[in-house]
This record gives sequence, structure tokens and C-alpha cells, in this order.
Amino acid sequence: MTAIDPISAGFIAVLAAFTGYEVIARVPSLLHTPLMSGSNFIHGVVLVGAMVALAFATNPAEQVLGFVAVVLGAANVTGGYAVTDRILEMFDRSKKGPGAKKEG
Amino acid sequence: MLDPTYSGYVKDGVYILATILFIYALHEMSNPATARKGVLWAGAGMFLAVLVTAVFSGASPGAFVPGINISQAQLEENLGLMAIAIAIGGGLAYLWAIRVKMTDMPQMVAIYNGMGGGAAAGIAALALIARTDPVGYLGLAVVGGLIGSVSFAGSLIAFLKLQGWMRQKPITFPGQKTINILVLLAAIVFGAVTLLNDSGHVGAIGTSVAIPVVGINTALLLFFVLGLGYGFMMAIPIGGADMPVVISLFNAFTGMAVALDGFATSNYAMIVAGMLVGSAGSLLTMLMAKAMNRSISNVLFSAFGATEETGVEMKGSMKPIEAADVAALLAYAGKVIIAPGYGMAVAQAQHKVKEMMDVLEKKDVVVKFAIHPVAGRMPGHMNVLLAEAGVPYDHLYDRDEINQEFASADVAMVIGANDVVNPAARRQGSPLFGMPILDVDAAKNVIVLKRGQGKGFAGVENDLFYKDNTRMLYGDAQETVAKLVQELKKL
Repeated sequence: MTAIDPISAGFIAVLAAFTGYEVIARVPSLLHTPLMSGSNFIHGVVLVGAMVALAFATNPAEQVLGFVAVVLGAANVTGGYAVTDRILEMFDRSKKGPGAKKEG
Repeated sequence: MLDPTYSGYVKDGVYILATILFIYALHEMSNPATARKGVLWAGAGMFLAVLVTAVFSGASPGAFVPGINISQAQLEENLGLMAIAIAIGGGLAYLWAIRVKMTDMPQMVAIYNGMGGGAAAGIAALALIARTDPVGYLGLAVVGGLIGSVSFAGSLIAFLKLQGWMRQKPITFPGQKTINILVLLAAIVFGAVTLLNDSGHVGAIGTSVAIPVVGINTALLLFFVLGLGYGFMMAIPIGGADMPVVISLFNAFTGMAVALDGFATSNYAMIVAGMLVGSAGSLLTMLMAKAMNRSISNVLFSAFGATEETGVEMKGSMKPIEAADVAALLAYAGKVIIAPGYGMAVAQAQHKVKEMMDVLEKKDVVVKFAIHPVAGRMPGHMNVLLAEAGVPYDHLYDRDEINQEFASADVAMVIGANDVVNPAARRQGSPLFGMPILDVDAAKNVIVLKRGQGKGFAGVENDLFYKDNTRMLYGDAQETVAKLVQELKKL
């Protein structure tokens, strides 16, 4: 596997870390829960890595490991999305009150 | 088959687009008005990233792994497995997530975060088995694998504790810290062994460490078992009240593990998204710990609530009150401040509370909500539930905004909150000492709605309940508030 250039990847990682910090720093506390859930969804991108790992598995042991990783990654993605969306639905001003829940 | 170089650009282009969408989504999620659209943007980014990965790993393996040596039949079999795995994992998780009750959301975040950590550990394991990377990258895979497995096991414990399938109280035993450190050290040793062991693999370090007892695969297996063990050991001494902080910490852990795997597998999307979550999650964890006036190390290592304060005698007694009397008190009050807690969430009382607010407002009573940063089980938990019931945001006040106002309130009503209103936090020597609380005891009358006489999450006796201006209204919060609404309508 051709590895990426460690220096430029390192710079990217540092910039991404500061971006994450800056974006969160301005968030009001009432959004902490949805935000934790939302960031949980975003690291679901691990699914992409699991897919690549499974695609190039060359023996049954690697296939099993890759399969499990994809199952877990996919659960992180869809579960994380559904939970975040359900939490944020509560903040949606256009649908408020208990009656609105039936629409969603 | 597409030209690998060309399709590599397409793949990375889509990953860049996905990254932009992730950052934009986080930005949108920082405002209540746009938050819901935010997650939609993140979802779009994720969909694109997954789609391009699925298409290109089949059409052009070279886009991911230049010069990969894999037969077409094997690749097709793997792609079939991939589709099945996505359908199973994604389908079940989605169905579960849309069915659980809103009050159970914190543990759902924990379990799905744990699954992400498990996936990260799996990817690291595969990178370490294949060993096609230079040793530096394999080192990052070792670290990513360790953090991922710790996050997986720890999140699982957090889930079990919050779900009530495991004892919520801290589980402690003598020598626990020493054992934990030994487990972690052992994991690191076996991680180093797998890394240093050459065994004729490409690119590994020149020296071969001969381990007479274990082979490289055994060492790898032990490494992951010990990593999982450490995650388990790390989470069991933590009590229910501290779980939100720990879930947030494991969330940051998974982000870091994903980023490290991104280095090991040359995946920029994973590096950026993982670092975003790693840093944002770390900051969020610190903010949450700060709201409880605890340091992260204090949360992790002090087994809060395992010990009880001794030698403090409660003066006075808990004085019960009837719903009808409370209704009269409320109806003739000028200002009522409601302090909700987890008890309100458990009883699903938020809709009734909203109804009570409407009735009181019709009677020209000013109603405000005092939201402690850690009321409930996650920061913002109360805001979510009250918003669900239709309470407008401008009725919700942070601790700092409203604490001065309790003195001018006729009634402070505590609904299923305990530790966050406990004046013991002002007393040196109390386990709660120093935790910022809502000063409900400053109000003229304090009404505490409570199911029974039990203690809060922290297991500390609540001084508030014994104060002269405090009255206890016992019962399930939803039924009690419904009764109050009835009584109020009669007045």
C-alpha cells in the first residue's frame, strides 16, 4: 500500500483539529447533546475505511474481520444519523408539540 | 477498468467534498435554527463518501491500493460481503435508533460510538495482519487499534450502565488502579511486539524480536484482548452521574482512532473527519466536566459516589405537601422557576409540565425554566425534552442567567432533579463540594417533586429537602403534574 506523505497528512490533521475546536467553541450548551451525537455520526466515516479493508481481504480470516468492521461501521453511520436527527427534530420550530411527533 | 490515477483523483475529490460537508454540518449544528439541516448536510457527505468507496473499490482497486494483487473473483466475493454487512449493520442500527424512547438517547450515542471504535480497531487489526505499510504507519495503526478497542469496550459498559442492564454504582476493588495500569502496559507491550516482529513481512523494521512464548498472531490477539480489557476496566468504576462525560470522552477517542487509521490506510477523509471529532469531542468533554466542577482525571479515577460522606446529621425533616396546596401556591405566585432533572425525563412529564406552564401563563404567572448544564444525563438533555414538549427556547435559562433570579421567585419547583440543586455542594467536605448548583433554596417556597425519598445519582443526601421553606410532593412526576394542572384549572 502506498502510504501518504506523512508531513502533508500531519499538517492536514493539525488544521482539522483546530477546525473542530473552533466550530465547537461557539456552540451554546443546549446543543451539546445533539452535537455529541452529530460528531458521533461524523466519525462514522470509519465505514469507508472498513469497506476498503474488506474489499482487499485475501483470506477468510481477513474477510471475517473486515465483515465485522463493516457491520460495526455501518451501524455507527445509520444509528448515529437516526439518533442525531431524532434529537434535532425536537429543536425544529416548524413542528412543535407532542402532536407533531406523529408526522415524523 | 478505469485508469487508477484518474479514478484516484475522482475518489479524493469526492472525499474533499464530503469533508467540506462535514465541517459545514458541524457549523450548522451550532445554531438551534439550522441544526436539523446541519445533520442532513453531514448525511449527504457520508452518503457520497460511502458511494464513491463502494463504486471505486470494485471498479478500480488501484484507486485505493496501487498495485494491489487480488483476483477479480476474490474482489467480487468481498464486494458481495460488503453489501451484506452494510445491510445488516446499517439496517438493524437504524431500526433500533428510530424505535427507542427519547430518554434512552444518551446510551444510544454510547453504543453507536462504541461500534465506530470497534470498526476502527478492526481496520487497525487488518492493517497489522497485512503489514504492507511502512513501520511508522503500522505504529499509528497500533495506537489507533488500542484507542479503538478501549472505546469499544468502554462505550459498551457505558451503554449497559445507562440502560440499567448493569449496576450503575461504581464498581471498585482494592488495587484497581494498579491493575488497570498493568493491563494498559501489557497491551502496549504486546502492541510493540507485533510491531517489531519482522517475520519476513514487507516494510517492517529490520530487527526481529524473537518472542519464545508467543507467535506474532498470538501477540496481536493478546494486544486487542488487553485493549478491550482496559476499556472495560476503565469504565466500570465510573458511576451513572459521570457517564455523559465518559461517553463524550470515548466519542473523542473513536475520532482519534479513526484519524490514526486514516494515516495507516492512506485515507484523507478519515484523517480529517477523525481529527475533527477528536478535537471537538475533547473540548466538549472538558466543557461537560467543567460544568460539574470536576476534572477529567477526577471523573475517571475517583469512583465518584462509591464512598459516602459520614458524620453529617440532617437537621429538620422532610415535609410533605398535597397537590391542591401546591396548585394554590402556584396560582397566586408572581414568578415560578422550574428546575427539571432526570426524574422528569424518566416520568415523561415534559408534556404535562408544558401544559402547566400554559395554564399558569394564562393566570399571568411568569414561568421560567432553570436548566443546569448537567441536568439529566447529558448536557442539553433537558432542553431537548422541553423543546420536544413545545416549551419555547426563550423560557429556558442557563444556570448563570437565572441563579440571581431565584431570590425574587415566589416558587421554585424542582421536578426530578437532585444533585444539581443540592446545597451540600457549598459545604466543604461534601463529595459534591464545589459543583455549581442552581440556588433554588433562595426562593420563597421550594416545591420538590420526587418519586420517593431516595438519593440522587451521586448518592449524596440532599440538604435542600430538609430546609424550612421546602415542601416535598411525592409521586410519579407525570401524574403529579397532571394533578397540579387539574387543580390549577379549578382555581
